[in-house]
Amino acid sequence: MPTTANLKEIEAGRIWTFPGGIHPPERKELSNTVPIAQLPLAETYTVPLKQHIGGPAEICVSVGERVLRGQPLSKAALGQGLPIHAPTSGTVTAIGPGRIAHPSAMADIVIRIAADGKDESVPQQGLTDYTQVSRAELLERICMAGIAGLGGAGFPTAQKLALQRPIDYLIINGVECEPYISADDRLMREHAATILDGAAILLHLAGTTKGLVAIEDNKPEAIAAMREVLADYPQFSLRVVPTKYPSGGEKQLIQLLTGRQVPSKGLPIDIGLVMQNVGTAFAVSRAIRHGEALTERVVTVTGESVQKPGNYWVRIGTPVATLLQQAGFVSEGEQQRVIMGGPMMGFTLPDLDVPVVKITNCLLIPSTQELAPAQQEMPCIRCGACADVCPAQLLPQQLQWLAKAKDYDGLEQQNLFDCIECGACAYVCPSEIPLVHYYRKAKAEIRNLAREKAKAEVARERFEARQERLEREKEERLERHRKAAEARKQAQAEQVAAGGNDPQDAVQAAIARAKARKAAQQAAAKQAEQNSETSSADEDKA
Amino acid sequence: MTFKLAASPHAHQRRTTQQIMRWVYLALVPGVLTLMYFFGWGVLWQLALAIVTAWVAEAACMALRGRPISSAWRDHTALVTAVLLAISIPGMAPWWLIVIGTAFSIIVVKHVYGGVGQNIFNPAMAGYVLLLVSFPVQMTSWPLPQSLAQFDLSFWDTTVLIFSGYTPAGYSMEQLRMGVDGLTMATPLDSLRTALNHQLTISEALAQPIFSGLAGIGWQWINAAFLLGGLVLLKVRVISWHIPGGMLLGLLIPASIAWLFAPDQSVSPLMHLLSGATMLGAFFIATDPVTAATSNRGRLYFGLLIGFLVFVIRTWGGYPDAVAFAVLLANMTVPIIDKYSQPTAYGHASGGRGGQS
Repeated sequence: MPTTANLKEIEAGRIWTFPGGIHPPERKELSNTVPIAQLPLAETYTVPLKQHIGGPAEICVSVGERVLRGQPLSKAALGQGLPIHAPTSGTVTAIGPGRIAHPSAMADIVIRIAADGKDESVPQQGLTDYTQVSRAELLERICMAGIAGLGGAGFPTAQKLALQRPIDYLIINGVECEPYISADDRLMREHAATILDGAAILLHLAGTTKGLVAIEDNKPEAIAAMREVLADYPQFSLRVVPTKYPSGGEKQLIQLLTGRQVPSKGLPIDIGLVMQNVGTAFAVSRAIRHGEALTERVVTVTGESVQKPGNYWVRIGTPVATLLQQAGFVSEGEQQRVIMGGPMMGFTLPDLDVPVVKITNCLLIPSTQELAPAQQEMPCIRCGACADVCPAQLLPQQLQWLAKAKDYDGLEQQNLFDCIECGACAYVCPSEIPLVHYYRKAKAEIRNLAREKAKAEVARERFEARQERLEREKEERLERHRKAAEARKQAQAEQVAAGGNDPQDAVQAAIARAKARKAAQQAAAKQAEQNSETSSADEDKA
Repeated sequence: MTFKLAASPHAHQRRTTQQIMRWVYLALVPGVLTLMYFFGWGVLWQLALAIVTAWVAEAACMALRGRPISSAWRDHTALVTAVLLAISIPGMAPWWLIVIGTAFSIIVVKHVYGGVGQNIFNPAMAGYVLLLVSFPVQMTSWPLPQSLAQFDLSFWDTTVLIFSGYTPAGYSMEQLRMGVDGLTMATPLDSLRTALNHQLTISEALAQPIFSGLAGIGWQWINAAFLLGGLVLLKVRVISWHIPGGMLLGLLIPASIAWLFAPDQSVSPLMHLLSGATMLGAFFIATDPVTAATSNRGRLYFGLLIGFLVFVIRTWGGYPDAVAFAVLLANMTVPIIDKYSQPTAYGHASGGRGGQS
């Protein structure tokens, strides 16, 4: 449990530190100087069904149907994924597999919509006083609006809030530590009031009275804008954290603001904390005050290969190609990379035929000068630079050796699964070893092995249960046979003793009866195939 | 249109292994110059021979292992091994000594174990120890500091001496090592050991001419120069303080204790720090990351162990200086140090809550 000393220190505004971290060139000025622009409507939209952690929802529209902006395209109950919504008015043209924004460029179910250009919305019903409504209804509204954590992981927001456990602080994360990205920065500068309104709703739902708003000190304008509005929200205090990557990571920010550590394999709520991103708070306010579903978000488009870098309000489902065309993208040719996300944790897209989804915070299109392509991997010289920058206090080079050797036990011992894949180790590696890549691969292999092991275990249990059942049935059958034989012998003995018929006649009679019964059985064979054992027992009995 | 695929992170700090190695040998320059100032031109020949041998050996090994030969020059690790070995051996040593040592370092100690990053033992020190146990006379024949020598050797004299064993005037190494008084002189640490073995006290031993100054002529300045280079490496973050700090502390603590209790039978702590290969060892040799412990805590233990072993071997061992043996012994303990110095990962602290980390 938290010590009172710890709570006092948090109250006093102490900023702790976390080990490691790096200071890559920030390059935020490329995109954060101009206001967020509205992206013109695209002609077609592709909305992937599954954009969040949790199962896919059930589709509730059909091809050819006209939909309005904000109309749900799928249904999901609280705690089981999230619905998705039509980004604009138009017609559903296809439902089926399509390329989604995923590191593996894999296909998943998508709903394609041809926009009609009218951009009509479904009628919206907001709440003026959310405190008059039940907690369950508020959660339901947030869930129905399709809101997931917009900071990166895409965890359903209502689900996070549904855990009713005592918490000390709600933390609103406006750190945005990854280089280049400025979506949260611009949002805070331009919509501080809406963000804090959403934060207050989240605070109400979290069942606590104290909130912390964290912003990195490289965003003075955002800090000023938020500070001004924070005067109306005494329940929140502002915490300016020093610029260091990855201070915006959930675990690192918790360490910075509270000195606590989320236990391995645990959740922030285990240590009395809940964290939400500023973009999420904004979406929550829109959903509760205006009844708006999450159909657009701010996306940073940046890098030296776009002529008009900046931030855009982009509808969920907008093809990346449309967005980049608007931003003036000129390809450098073969070496050109298109990165969804930032330079540290983003993944490259094979082509532009993928949609913007709820967790797309940035499209980075660098020139080869600003972000040189990876060089050939050189041998590890064990210099230890990676361990110095690891915010999780792991030993990246040991992990690398173990991952290459496929030593899965060793990897677990070195806490591979506590790696947050921030990329700090690979950033500093002088031998340019793609360390994170090795860890991801090893994690996938371990998960696969665990899955296969679980499957094999189930199969083994089933096999053993079947063997046992067969054995049991066999014994029962033998037991029945034995009893029937005894009974028959006894009956014969009694009959003979009573001076009745010769047993031989009885045998003949039994054979005749059996034949008659067999004929009858053949007639009813379709219904009674499982009774063979019983009938044989009957025969014996006879 | 298709684009290039790459794994994150896409940003990369532009400091390569090559650059790190370049810093290492740049930082060695003051030490090498000081070495030259006190012991003559020989060290230049040793460096040249070692570098050529290292490159040939590296290229041959890469070719035999079916690897691109070009990477032999690219990562500069062979070069650093060669340089460290060349400045560890006496400057006037015959040419074949350094060739054998370097070839052994590169071929056996490094490549037989799998090349860059895979070797268990510090290549330069393993090469040094091989030479020391095989050719003890040549390996301990340090020339006199030039201020004490009777002969002033020119570059040409040195060259002929290294390649033929005699100077053009016909003097052998043995003759050259005699002081003006006609007595053969050893290095300060060597002389001290001999003196202590002969039941002399430290003050009596220090009366010998080689001990003018703090830790013997030349050596204190050489150590100071290596210390300077080492501080540069610390400053540019090529090395961290854990190994050198640990090693100096590991040497200083037992040396101080011994000196406090028996000042006239023990070498002073300052002399320990400023003589022999202490500073070279602390900043350039023990810090070889390949053969050191992994975590910072582990590296501190590793350094402490080396320092302590240096003290033990210098005090009770059979050899005057001890850095090479201490480093190799510590190399052997790396796996166990690693096992017991793994840092506590995030979220694994006991309690996990309210930590004041």
